[in-house]
Amino acid sequence: MVLVEQSLNGLQFGLLLFLLAAGLTLVFGIMDFVNLAHGSLYMMGAYFAATFTAWTGSFILGVLLALGATLLLGIVLEFVALRHLYGRDHLDQVLATFGLILFFNDAVRLIWGPAGLALPLPAWLTVPVQIIPGVYYPAYRLSIIIVALAVAALLYVVVMRTRIGMLIRAGASNREMIGALGINIKLLFTLVFGLGAALAGLAGLMQAPILTVQIGMGENILILAFVIIVIGGIGSIRGAFLAAIFVGMIDTLGRAFLPDLLRTVLSSAAASTAAPALSSMLIYLLMAIVLVVRPEGLFPAAKR
Amino acid sequence: MKLQINTSNVVVALVAAGLVVLPLYSQLTGNIFILTLFTRIIIFALAAASLNLIMGYGGMMSFGHAAYLGIGGYAVGILAFEGIGSGFIQWPVALVASALYALVIGALSLRTRGVYFIMITLAFAQMAYYIASGMSRYGGDDGLTIYKRSNFGGLIDLSNRVQFYYLCLGCLFGGIYLIWRIINSRFGLVVQGIRSNEQRMQAIGYHANRYRLVCFVISGTICGLAGALLANNTDFISPAGMYWTRSGELMVMVVFGGMGSLFGPVIGTIFFLLLEELLSQFTEYWALIMGPLLLLIVLFARGGIMGLLGRFNRG
Amino acid sequence: MKKTFWLAGAMALALAQPALGADSIKIGFVSTFSGPTAAIGNDMRNSFELALDHMGRKMDGKPVEVIYEDDGQKPDVGKQKTEKLIQSDKVDFIVGYIWSNVLLASLKTAVDSKTFLISANAGPSQLAGELCSPYVFSTSWQNDQTPQAMGTYMNQKGVKSVFLIGPNYAAGKDMLAGVKSTFKGQVVGEEYTVWPSQLDFSAELTKAKNSKAESIFVFYPGAAGVQFLNQYAQAGIKAQIPLYTAFTIDELSLPLQKENALGVPGAQQWVNDLPNPENKKFVEDYRKKYPNLRPTFYGAQSYDAAQLINSAVVAVKGDVTKKDAMKAEMEKANFKSVRGPFKYGKNHIPIQNFYLQDVVKDADGQLALKTVATIVKDSQDGFHDKCPMK
Repeated sequence: MVLVEQSLNGLQFGLLLFLLAAGLTLVFGIMDFVNLAHGSLYMMGAYFAATFTAWTGSFILGVLLALGATLLLGIVLEFVALRHLYGRDHLDQVLATFGLILFFNDAVRLIWGPAGLALPLPAWLTVPVQIIPGVYYPAYRLSIIIVALAVAALLYVVVMRTRIGMLIRAGASNREMIGALGINIKLLFTLVFGLGAALAGLAGLMQAPILTVQIGMGENILILAFVIIVIGGIGSIRGAFLAAIFVGMIDTLGRAFLPDLLRTVLSSAAASTAAPALSSMLIYLLMAIVLVVRPEGLFPAAKR
Repeated sequence: MKLQINTSNVVVALVAAGLVVLPLYSQLTGNIFILTLFTRIIIFALAAASLNLIMGYGGMMSFGHAAYLGIGGYAVGILAFEGIGSGFIQWPVALVASALYALVIGALSLRTRGVYFIMITLAFAQMAYYIASGMSRYGGDDGLTIYKRSNFGGLIDLSNRVQFYYLCLGCLFGGIYLIWRIINSRFGLVVQGIRSNEQRMQAIGYHANRYRLVCFVISGTICGLAGALLANNTDFISPAGMYWTRSGELMVMVVFGGMGSLFGPVIGTIFFLLLEELLSQFTEYWALIMGPLLLLIVLFARGGIMGLLGRFNRG
Repeated sequence: MKKTFWLAGAMALALAQPALGADSIKIGFVSTFSGPTAAIGNDMRNSFELALDHMGRKMDGKPVEVIYEDDGQKPDVGKQKTEKLIQSDKVDFIVGYIWSNVLLASLKTAVDSKTFLISANAGPSQLAGELCSPYVFSTSWQNDQTPQAMGTYMNQKGVKSVFLIGPNYAAGKDMLAGVKSTFKGQVVGEEYTVWPSQLDFSAELTKAKNSKAESIFVFYPGAAGVQFLNQYAQAGIKAQIPLYTAFTIDELSLPLQKENALGVPGAQQWVNDLPNPENKKFVEDYRKKYPNLRPTFYGAQSYDAAQLINSAVVAVKGDVTKKDAMKAEMEKANFKSVRGPFKYGKNHIPIQNFYLQDVVKDADGQLALKTVATIVKDSQDGFHDKCPMK
């Protein structure tokens, strides 16, 4: 029973990470662009959702408006600043987008104040649901799992079955070629960036009712998303999906069972302190091991 | 390297001379704080210079350099806590510990390239951060106060502001001299050759990763020295100083000044930390200016301040 | 090029600013005004400003000048700001400090320069014990005191077993140890979460639920407290296992926690409805001066810090060079604290009452904190024996 519930916790966390990582890996894989400000878009998604929900009084409407707003913000950001950074080396991109993080954090503080916002759930999402006899699970966490799986399936269909998806795949493996084919590559890049932004916004607003909407909320989770796309192989949606679930499971199950495991070898007090430090290191350790064994991640996108 | 009289060299000479006479100014005006502020700037300049060695000359984008600041600092802090106050023990331990850490991390990380390298160095630095947070004997997350600065017998008194300032300045100039010697040595030329064309250097018969690793370890060791100085300067060490944003700030300092320019990191650090100090006095929203400024520098002034000076010279 | 020189010149000028106003009382205030926890710093500043307003912005007839500095929640920055205030601005008092690590980093600078430092929040055990100093006073508490009061309350309520959850950093460990030191029932489980990066407490909540403990105790300050309560309510555990808290629900987090916090008890040395006239004035004027905001215990402690300084300045008739006389006066805690009267231990940490607070709907239908009972009277921290001061 406990294992079922903890596995669901891990799955839900992993799928949420996937939403964030998917946008990141798309942008990274296709434009070869490292976007640290992805975490800021995640934050903006949450702030937009909280604001629009308060305005309209409807959670669903607020969420839809917020998705549109994040998409728009992503497109504007790409158009004004980021497209000038394509083709630069990764260091330039890391620094410029690091600057954007600073900017967004303070801009949010200026607009919404430092205290953060709340995004309350509608009543029908706050009740625990019985999934199998005797096991109750929060309805909202269950809905995250469903939405994220649906998005994953949709992404799969778009990328593997449509013309846009074909161009995206072509762009990921050979950028010059699709330019040579006469495709409007600038437009494609802008669209992909907007899509990535909307995915980040979706992750942010889905997470918002569980956590809070606050400044800097994107930074810790951004690092996790980077870990995921690096483990999964940059540019690979499939890799990001599997790595995200893997990381979510390891993180949650590590926290759930590591302390008890350690208690069998260490004193109780030492185990309770060592366990959280160890379980938060597990993910980084996993990434280090993967990179040492497979320097391009588990599922490298086709060689450039 | 032939010494030329041009704008950038004049500026560098002026800045260096300014740093040398700063304590005099501080004594004359009674402004002690400027000395305190610049001691910190000089220490960070040393850390930035060490990062510049691998970033600017070696082409290795380390996103985890704050870890060395922490390791050097914790070596001093932990030894002081355990009752070993002699700098003749503390400092060598700080250097060796940083070097060893760099050796292990470097050996593993250098298997990767590009953005994977950025991420793996970040991952290792985060692990170091969590280990430091978990050391409950040494204060864990709250950090460790260092009651007595490193003791060098009668040689130098680190508690004396002016003496400590000159020690830091000496370390900075020494570090830059060392880096200058390295990049102009055969070893340094090979490392720079590997940066611009790894395959060619491999083909000529150089074992690229071995050269890279040595360079990585030297850089980490110098940064460990900066960590030992920083711990003595703040009389305090905590995991907060090892967090990934600190690594990011070090990169910003290097790029502000101009990557791959010997004195660039010093100029960049002075610029970054003074600007931060100044902006934070005007407004709490200083990041609102600093962020876009960073973006603009990356977009339009790729060589940083030193690059701008060079352009002025040519134009 | 020219721009660079211009900028360098501007910087040199700004740094060379001479000290202002010779005959005024200068106070430095170090707190967090940027980043995710800036709301706490703002509340402290608001309350300190209000206290100055109430004094006519004068202490013993001398104008008061306050310089606020942002520590960005980083120990080394806090230390640097403390140095600037002492060395460059030459302040007579230095106040503030939310975080234990920032305070511990800054302490030596203040003590070495014999500048009075008043901690308006941070209360690490070292400050009460071996690091106590004639120049350091607290208007808050020592970390262990609040959870000890909570443990006592749980005994009073007849709670038999508890599951403890807290963040894995020094204050978190102090808090859990504090509860354990007074709680007489059984501690079924004890979980530490990664601070500050862990966002999701589902694994810990599932464990607590399955542990069959009669109660849960948590310590999560700031945004983490909002997250914890959200998840606690959504998981449906709120209906099953009651929650006891320390520093998890305050006026800053309550507007975000909303109904989730209803009926969740906490312990505190100050609550907004304590029935003394000074407190009424403080709370009412605060809400008038800063509409839409409510003061927190951080603010109350800052308000008291201003009063403590004022008492010292008045006692020496404005001659702030008489440090011994000021110290002697401050040790008497001779001012009307908004928490009601308290005494100082020899380590300069308050000996004070702790109250039980609960979340209720007030007259306007808004959620508010309310005093329910006094849990302990004249609680003193457990580290005063280690303080070498007499």
